[in-house]
Amino acid sequence: MAAKTFPIEASHILMFARSVGDDNRVYADADYAKTTEAGGIIAPPTFPQAVAQFDPDYVLRPKPGKPWFGSGKNPSGVTREASGGGGGNGGGLHAEQHFEYHRHLRPGDVLTATTLPGKTWEKEGRRSGKLIFSETVTEYRDQGGELVITARGVGVRTERPVDQQ
Amino acid sequence: MALKASKLTVGDTHTARLVEDLKRTQLVQYAGASGDYNPLHTDEVFTTQVAGYPSVSAHGMLTMGMTGKMLTDYVGDARLTKYGVRFTSQVWPGDTLDSTATVKAITDKGGEKLVELDVKTVNQNGVEVLSGYAEARIDP
Repeated sequence: MAAKTFPIEASHILMFARSVGDDNRVYADADYAKTTEAGGIIAPPTFPQAVAQFDPDYVLRPKPGKPWFGSGKNPSGVTREASGGGGGNGGGLHAEQHFEYHRHLRPGDVLTATTLPGKTWEKEGRRSGKLIFSETVTEYRDQGGELVITARGVGVRTERPVDQQ
Repeated sequence: MALKASKLTVGDTHTARLVEDLKRTQLVQYAGASGDYNPLHTDEVFTTQVAGYPSVSAHGMLTMGMTGKMLTDYVGDARLTKYGVRFTSQVWPGDTLDSTATVKAITDKGGEKLVELDVKTVNQNGVEVLSGYAEARIDP
């Protein structure tokens, strides 16, 4: 799969930390961050997920001139069969996420993310019919080519929406 | 503020409230910051009328992110070496989440002390929504 370039920027870290309710100033205040063990602004642990912003083909972002499956005039902008990634009957859910930090990310880093396909397996689910799991491993290397983060995600597609019991 | 191996015991716990009465607006905020605009998290019309769920639900990664604050507040900045989770139940607007890290082991790797933690986040009904682990560098 294609490698993606992921520039790590202070304003993006600030917004991401806010969105997870993390008011630690090490993510927001450069002067304060210098006085901490981190020695400067770092990114919160789950920040690598925001690489989605830099994936030109990311399916869960509306794109100009392209159909979008969310609601507008109608409950969905496309027919269910064509809705593709995410959501609903037969849709995809995030089952697991794992990170290994070889070092922590800093503004100014420019990462290259390389996603490798992983295993696929099936299981009979109690609340949603057959479950199809698929794993992806993403390696994030910095501008010097050093491996900084290894991420492993597991997605699951279900036969029907998960029963709410 | 870093943890010290000499002061930690297997079974020690750290608990924090992650969020009280989770708001839909926070899901919008997370969508914007993370770039994951799946309507299942922000579009009530699509989610209830097309996808067949009772309401929008939180991104699993938002729960992992909020749980991450509990961890980094406990182990200190830039100390985590591993963090992984399974999403075991959906998180809904209105949920109140509490998260606990439990010391599972204190290990030595190349002269460096590490703590291994079990991580668990539960909702207001005590239902586990996230289950995982973390590892962090600690002082001797």
